[in-house]
Amino acid sequence: MNIRQRIASTAVTVVNRASRMAGRGSGTVVGGKVGLAIDATLLSGLSERRSTVLVSGTNGKTTTTALLAAALGTAGPVASNDTGSNMPAGHVAALAARRDAALAALEVDEAYLGQSVESTEPVGIILLNLSRDQLDRLNEVRKLAERWKIALADVSSVIVANAEDPLVVYAARGCANTVFVEAGLVWNQDAVGCPNCGGHIVFADTWSCDRCDLEQPPARWRRVGSQIMAGGEIRGDLRLAIPGSFNLDNALLVVAMAEMIGLDLEAVLEALARVGTVAGRFERCQIAGTDAELMLAKNPAGWAALLDLVAEDSNPVVIGINARIADGADPSWLWDVDFSQLANRRVIATGDRWRDLSVRLDYADVEHGCEPNVERAIESAGLQGQFVSAMGNYTAFGDMRKLIK
Amino acid sequence: MRIVTVYPDLLGTYGDAGNGIILERRMSRRGLDVEHVGVDSHGTLPRADLYVLGGGEDGPQGLAAERLGNDATFQLAVAEGALVFAVCAGYQILTRSFVVMDGTSRPGLGLIPAETIRSEAARAVGELVVSVEGIAGIEGVVLSGFENHGSRTQLDANVTALGKVMAGIGNGTEGCEGAVYERCIGTYLHGPALARNPELADWLLVQAGAGSLAPLDDSRSLDLREERITWALSGKANGREGSAHSR
Ligand SMILES: [Zn+2]
Repeated sequence: MNIRQRIASTAVTVVNRASRMAGRGSGTVVGGKVGLAIDATLLSGLSERRSTVLVSGTNGKTTTTALLAAALGTAGPVASNDTGSNMPAGHVAALAARRDAALAALEVDEAYLGQSVESTEPVGIILLNLSRDQLDRLNEVRKLAERWKIALADVSSVIVANAEDPLVVYAARGCANTVFVEAGLVWNQDAVGCPNCGGHIVFADTWSCDRCDLEQPPARWRRVGSQIMAGGEIRGDLRLAIPGSFNLDNALLVVAMAEMIGLDLEAVLEALARVGTVAGRFERCQIAGTDAELMLAKNPAGWAALLDLVAEDSNPVVIGINARIADGADPSWLWDVDFSQLANRRVIATGDRWRDLSVRLDYADVEHGCEPNVERAIESAGLQGQFVSAMGNYTAFGDMRKLIK
Repeated sequence: MRIVTVYPDLLGTYGDAGNGIILERRMSRRGLDVEHVGVDSHGTLPRADLYVLGGGEDGPQGLAAERLGNDATFQLAVAEGALVFAVCAGYQILTRSFVVMDGTSRPGLGLIPAETIRSEAARAVGELVVSVEGIAGIEGVVLSGFENHGSRTQLDANVTALGKVMAGIGNGTEGCEGAVYERCIGTYLHGPALARNPELADWLLVQAGAGSLAPLDDSRSLDLREERITWALSGKANGREGSAHSR
């Protein structure tokens, strides 16, 4: 780092410490912004002589980054933006807070991948999936895939990419060091128009375009249940404390990256098994005297995965929907979610936009109650002493976490 | 009645697939005979009484226009009086031409005499409130939805708009929103449109030949619409949420 970068880096930690002492939250973004204002190249400086791995995609970023940080942790101290601040200011804050760490696991907002790759010169990049998320604010998914492709065109980093997502494959297939992993795609409605030629992506056992040469590449890594296969060989077993088959897929991507960058696989698998609740996801807690598990889904793909997960039990379900800035102002994606599988169980609609949800549930023939207040909604769902699955989109989930006693 | 949702794989963003679901449920809840199918773009469109088109991104929109233009069954059904309800990108496809990402103009189906043109103004993103004018059966109804589009639509003089804009942008020309021409209805209302506007849903079903319809309990939808309209017309919405991210 040069002198200016050093001053800027010190400013980040000082501002963040002051912010925390003043009780203004963890202060990660505010410190990072101050640092970047002093020196715009700060992220490059902080990334020097550090081995950084980036994680990006629409769904699973935060959990995958936590798994990755655990995997990297088998080799030494790791800096990571585990608060979910996934834009440059958050990256700067995370790296400045851990100047000692030679390794870094960074979650990157999909729209910032190019910029982050340029600044951090990562050794590895994990690409999860791309689907619609906050369409009223962010770029359409195909434009994002195009930007990824351009950003990755000349990198020498190891890219571990999901072979089952056509948009991810489109972005990563031309790169020098891409390793493909069968990492699942629960929702393919955004991937049917070919990003390469506008043709039609046909999904069968594997997917392919009906017009051009874009097709599902052979994957080196896949899994059978929790068993890890690489190049046809059994390589170990994924034992996770966190639920959901989508998290097994996320872990498989991390395992593939871990091996590519030379980590010991057995130690990595042990570290992954120890990862518990990640930023409150699947946290078991008490709210208003009710035992609940908190779940987050931000878009149709995420909701499809969560509804599959809760189909395994019959617990009452609370669904909270907001449409604040961080959620996107248009909750019409609710109609892309098949809520009908919630019929015949206790369901309560809550959050700022409970009316939108209520209309949606009604047309899906899901009988439900409505309670705008989140705390009372969870309380009333668990009135018979039942365990409640409390699901929310981004800020609704945040509101639920604030209620934990 | 057969309702076909056209190419949900290409024209299915912003939850517009919900319109087909809603039309189907409103028929079946009244015990009326209805069949609703969604047909992907690699399938063959069947004859239908009502075709429903939704929004989509530029690339898929161009592909949808191309496939629909070459679909003899669809062309014939429309010529023989099938009703078409189209939202956003679907609406633009029905006009004579529309504009894609690189700014070039593509031919539309020309079923609605109008041009969809590039706009230098910010993308229209936010709540849209429309007062229906000059449409028998839903005259005076105030419609609500969420719009999200970059282009503007200029109607020919012989085309009736769906209504007057009370909040938002709509067509972006002459204070109007949407179009009603012969058997085609186009609108920029997402939400999806019919979730908040049951009168519009029933009007479409009647136009498509459903006969007289018994009332349903629409209190959830009407309460939602009242909430959104109140919000859109209040001071809170003056900033046009999302409009700072124009593209
Ligand atoms: Zn193709």
